[in-house]
Amino acid sequence: MKGITPPMSQQLTGQTRKVSGVRLREWRDGWLFALPYILGLLLYWLGPMGYSLFLTTQKWDMLTSPTWVGLQNYGRLLQDPLLGTSLWNTAYYTFLSVPLKLILALALAMALNQGLSGQSTYRTIFYLPSITPAVAAAVVWSQIFNPEFGVVNGILRIFGVAPIKWLFIPALAKPVFIFISLWGIGPQMVILLAGLQNIPRQLLEAAEIDGAGPWSRFLYVTLPMISPSLFFNLVIGIIGSFQVFTTAFILTRGGPQNATLFLVLYLYQNGFNWFKMGYAATVSWLLFAIIMVFTLLQLKLSGSWVYYEAGA
Amino acid sequence: MSTQADAAQGTAMHSQSSRSRTINRRVTHTILHIILIIAGFTFLVPFMWVLSTSLKRSAEVFVSPIQWIPRDPQWHNYVEIFGLLPLGLFIRNTLVVSVFGTIGVLLSSLFVGYSLARLRWPGRDVIFVMLLATMMLPEAVLLIPQFVMFRQLGWLDTFLPLIVPSWFGWAFYIFLMRQFMMGIPYELDEAARIDGASNFRILWQLILPNSKAVIATIAIFSFLAHYNDFMAPLIFLSSNDNFTIALGLYWLSGRWGRSWHLVMAASMVTLAPIVALFFAAQRYFVQGIQFSGIAGR
Repeated sequence: MKGITPPMSQQLTGQTRKVSGVRLREWRDGWLFALPYILGLLLYWLGPMGYSLFLTTQKWDMLTSPTWVGLQNYGRLLQDPLLGTSLWNTAYYTFLSVPLKLILALALAMALNQGLSGQSTYRTIFYLPSITPAVAAAVVWSQIFNPEFGVVNGILRIFGVAPIKWLFIPALAKPVFIFISLWGIGPQMVILLAGLQNIPRQLLEAAEIDGAGPWSRFLYVTLPMISPSLFFNLVIGIIGSFQVFTTAFILTRGGPQNATLFLVLYLYQNGFNWFKMGYAATVSWLLFAIIMVFTLLQLKLSGSWVYYEAGA
Repeated sequence: MSTQADAAQGTAMHSQSSRSRTINRRVTHTILHIILIIAGFTFLVPFMWVLSTSLKRSAEVFVSPIQWIPRDPQWHNYVEIFGLLPLGLFIRNTLVVSVFGTIGVLLSSLFVGYSLARLRWPGRDVIFVMLLATMMLPEAVLLIPQFVMFRQLGWLDTFLPLIVPSWFGWAFYIFLMRQFMMGIPYELDEAARIDGASNFRILWQLILPNSKAVIATIAIFSFLAHYNDFMAPLIFLSSNDNFTIALGLYWLSGRWGRSWHLVMAASMVTLAPIVALFFAAQRYFVQGIQFSGIAGR
């Protein structure tokens, strides 16, 4: 036995040397394995963003070489009435669609959390729309709201309502878009349902024994407990909603009378229809700034309403 | 004595209240079912509309009131649509983009996720913070510079701009992978490392087999994202022969806009694989969404 085991000192030094070798290999492999993303970060995010910042100081139609215009593009932001319209449209859409989606998703999640039979069938049905290709969905919705033969007018006709030209009326086009956005609440609903299912039963039971009615249980137990899921949905929802594009691009191309000209659609038109690359880059930085401000603001405000369990 | 009486009274009251509670519960459930059935029906209307219109004659589309079940289903609309559009080619293009893109996403999230979850190296925390930041950044910001970049590279009107970026990893999927791998017991790696296994072997033979659930989830979501993508194909592809199915459908709806029955047949062809995939792998969809929601905590 004695002969096999090496002296203590030798064992120790041997181990330290081995550990540091392993540690070094871990460093090397760590970098090596993460390299695709590190490169992607540089080539796909930071590089293009830097380049786009440079473009904001240029006038460039992609045919002739770019010329330096200083801060002119930024000055144009302030005077561009179409930009103002697109900002208003995007804000209108975001601040109505995101809360409505959240409320509807929460209502459906709460209904599905009551231990109903057929729960998973309902969940499937509500989730399905959110995975359909945006193009197919947009094409179908354009028909459903078709003034001549669409389903919506077909249903309204039963109640004696005269056909409405939904997407051709500026005042109605944005509400129609918001309605369509409700169709895609599946992921929010599933996240909230998971949040609801994670609430410990005894917490709700304890509240009930203490005499809390359904409404105050909802207000003082359920809502605080799912506030992290609500917060997550709110942040992601606002980021996504500010970038609404495909539905508008296919359904209305920004019309009628620019009522659905959203920010990304306007950005696309500047860049790819009118080849104003410099100005388009400037608009994209404005979008970036807006989204960042909203995200940071929400992170800051979250402390006052989002409840995280200790240790979670 | 008195406590016993109290207890008896208590059970009597309890059974009464529990009976009224069962009745209450039954009423609530019935009301909920009615609401959910109406809501579910509303959610399914667009699907029923596509299916029904795709089987109509051109003139029947405009008939009012709507005929949900076409009297004489025109199955040959589907044959016609494959003749009008090179749909087979579009499907092939879409599959090329989706499959190669997804392979890239899977490999990159495996390696990067493993590195972030289970290897210690200087700078790791910085990279992880950047990863979280890019998840929050609006991708629309990159539209213009990426177009210029791919144009410079001569990649416009090829599949490369749709596939290559995936090989550098998508922040969200790397994040999912990392979160999942953090949950695998570390003793596994330690033991293998003492036996002299390389990090690559640990990933490939120990971590990978334990991460099947998250790999399936990422594969499905990535496939779906590539398949459904509209903006990137719209910007990067120009010749018809390279169109993906989403772009092809858009092109068709512009060109044959009045032939709704045909546009709907094409929409059906676009939708069907996704719906089929969804039903085949529903578990992973729900799981993935829950992963992401919990990740938000």
